[in-house]
Amino acid sequence: MKNLVSIADLSREDALYLLDNAQQLAQVNDREVKKLPALRGKTVVNLFYENSTRTRISFEIAATRLSADVINFSAATSSLSKGESLKDTAQTLEALGADAIVVRHPMSGAAHQLAHRDWINASIINAGDGSHEHPTQALLDALTMRQLVGSNDDLAGLKVLIVGDIRHSRVARSNVLLLSKLGASVQVAGPATLVPAGFEKMGATISNSFEDSLEQQPDVVMMLRVQRERMQGHYMPSEREYTQNWSLSGKRLAMLKKDAHILHPGPMNRGFEISSEAADDPRAAILKQVSNGVAVRMAVLHELLAGERS
Amino acid sequence: MQRVVLDSGEIARALKRISHEIIEANSGVSDLIVLGIPTRGIHLANRIAKLLSEIDPNFTSDAGVLDITLFRDDLVAADRRIQPTVIPGDDIDGKVVVIVDDVLFSGRSARAALDALIDFGRPKQVKLAVLVDRGHRELPIRPDFVGKNLPTAVTERVNVHLAEVDGSDEVVISS
Repeated sequence: MKNLVSIADLSREDALYLLDNAQQLAQVNDREVKKLPALRGKTVVNLFYENSTRTRISFEIAATRLSADVINFSAATSSLSKGESLKDTAQTLEALGADAIVVRHPMSGAAHQLAHRDWINASIINAGDGSHEHPTQALLDALTMRQLVGSNDDLAGLKVLIVGDIRHSRVARSNVLLLSKLGASVQVAGPATLVPAGFEKMGATISNSFEDSLEQQPDVVMMLRVQRERMQGHYMPSEREYTQNWSLSGKRLAMLKKDAHILHPGPMNRGFEISSEAADDPRAAILKQVSNGVAVRMAVLHELLAGERS
Repeated sequence: MQRVVLDSGEIARALKRISHEIIEANSGVSDLIVLGIPTRGIHLANRIAKLLSEIDPNFTSDAGVLDITLFRDDLVAADRRIQPTVIPGDDIDGKVVVIVDDVLFSGRSARAALDALIDFGRPKQVKLAVLVDRGHRELPIRPDFVGKNLPTAVTERVNVHLAEVDGSDEVVISS
């Protein structure tokens, strides 16, 4: 494996292999010495054209734990704001010695271009491209679900409900692809304006009522952040109506199974798509997702960068 | 071309001798920990731990596992699967640790094992037990307990087959 651009590029076996390695790497967190020498001498560049604190920090910690050097390159403070093209930036970073580039970009397909245009040889990891994909988020969600249900294999039979702004969500897209690959049955729910039809082709069922979906007793409910920054035009009548229909409120929380699990990729807007009550409920595994993020990114970096590529 | 250099009887005798030597070198089994390097080192370590407890009932610990994947400098695509590391009693401080592997060749696995081990504490002594020492060291590393010294050419391959993973016990050399 040289790049990680899309979940679609992974076979079920590839995904399980990354999850198995991530599970082992998660245990490094419990050790006294948390540093491993696997990527000593490698350089990882975080190239972020969009603001993101948690994903960048997560990649930074993952790379540092594996002894790689990390350089953060963010659009606002660099020549990117002077109009340099993606190609020139990437080639410059490679000339400076980057072995892997972790890229986040507002345009869908940016990571794919970097990986497949023959501009550079460095490994590319997609850390979110527009409304397209965010593969490491899906992997960390799958790892979290495996731990929550005590599985060392796939997620066959698990009922997962993804709620909110599906249209603009790369998290939803990557998750539907990965979870279906792993045998889970996935439903996406949200206002009709924010749930595009294409999701049925990716293996998910579509619902336009949160209540109807909850009555089907999902094992996992994943709440998505409403991506106001990607909305050009009117996708919802008002925030109040959205909250009324699509927030994981106390009332809806009460409809969940006792052994259900609540996930959220963060950052949360408490009181909007998720109530404080739900965010702080013992069934919420949101912080577990954050720590699994480091383990999954370590597994991906290790797979792409360790040793000689054969 | 392929020939068997150790059959199952010879492997059993070699492990028994190694176990006696470990006890003799350590003047008993106190503070002794046996760790196997995946994959086949784990099974050899399990067998040695069982033999140790048969020879001296004071040895009650199971063998552990020392994964070296993240410490190797000779990683190839095939062996990037990370195994759990299991330290019996969760503590190696002040202990005598015997690392067990199937074949000693360049010494690079043993080097990685030493690096992996010291992240868990500070053992009193670390010793190395191998079923086969085939020579051609690239690092200043020597085994303490050897099942068989096997002169080989660099181009030859030495394969250890164990009942636990391969169905039967034998050491095969092929060119």
